[in-house]
Amino acid sequence: MTKPLSGEDIARQIGEHLHDAVTEFDESAVFVKGEALLEVARFLKESPGLDFDYLTAITAVDFSEHFELVYHLTSIKNNHSVVLKARCYERENPTLPSVAGLWQGADFQEREIYDLMGIAFDGHPNMKRILLWEGFQGHPLRKDYGGQAASTEGEVEG
Amino acid sequence: MEVESMRPYSSRELDRAESAEIEALIAASKEPHPDPVTWIDEEVRKNVLVTAVDSLLNWGRHYSLWPVNFGLACCAFEMVATAVSRFDISRFGMELFRPSPRQADLLLVAGTLTWKMAPALKRVYDQMAEPKWVLAMGACAISGGPFRDSYSVVPGVNLIVPVDVYVPGCPPRPEALLHGIIMLHQKIDKDTFLKKRQDDQAPLR
Repeated sequence: MTKPLSGEDIARQIGEHLHDAVTEFDESAVFVKGEALLEVARFLKESPGLDFDYLTAITAVDFSEHFELVYHLTSIKNNHSVVLKARCYERENPTLPSVAGLWQGADFQEREIYDLMGIAFDGHPNMKRILLWEGFQGHPLRKDYGGQAASTEGEVEG
Repeated sequence: MEVESMRPYSSRELDRAESAEIEALIAASKEPHPDPVTWIDEEVRKNVLVTAVDSLLNWGRHYSLWPVNFGLACCAFEMVATAVSRFDISRFGMELFRPSPRQADLLLVAGTLTWKMAPALKRVYDQMAEPKWVLAMGACAISGGPFRDSYSVVPGVNLIVPVDVYVPGCPPRPEALLHGIIMLHQKIDKDTFLKKRQDDQAPLR
């Protein structure tokens, strides 16, 4: 069973190398500043003893006043995992650094987040929509998405 | 990189072409195609000679209805279950699921159709040779189902192609699909080979 590392422990280790990167932490997760995300990710991947060599998933959550990016990291080598979170308070043009250079699995997931949540990733090799077609208006998984279904003329009778 | 430069078009251009095709289809698909139901009153107008030819032709068509499988979602698994030995679709003369629309008579639309997939459905339908029939399987194909108000789902495949038989269910059991196919057989039996297809202005066939 993969051992989940405590957020406190990881926050301490990050803090020793990268000052001011961590904003807060709890039992299971570490919150970092958006602009420090790439350095933190590189630190977690490359420092011996941590070796987070596998990115399980990236999720974006819309809290209306901010977006939260959730990175589930796993080390196959050491069989442990951690949750890394970053917040983005910009709503019109939210941007975060891409981690696709570190974990190639981030490529499509960041494109999906861009497609459905509208968060752009700096440094991504191919930042465009992945599921919806180009020219689609809006980002449908946002809480304030008010877009109508493409064709809802003629409601079901009865 | 090497491959990218050898192509006559860039992936950006492909994206734009796809987008234009989808947007055009959305704009053109505001009203559902009317169901082809002209056969209902045609029985009265049949004369004896045409009836004899028709019944022979329809007998042949009815027992050799080759489907093209357009499995889009979970309904596709029920369609597969219908095709294999437990329910065995070949009892009705249609064991051959065709990989090519050009060899098929029946388009089995099984599952949720999204706007991104809709141009492909339209193209497959257009490539099928006349006479052709369409069976919409499951709630999503009939009306969009639980995803009707979604941003990406076509609310009913009859916006894209005319549908002959609707099989409700979520997903329908294989028995329901077989019942739908038998209903289609009954519809084919009442068909007359001189009739004009209602949905398009195709010449007499």
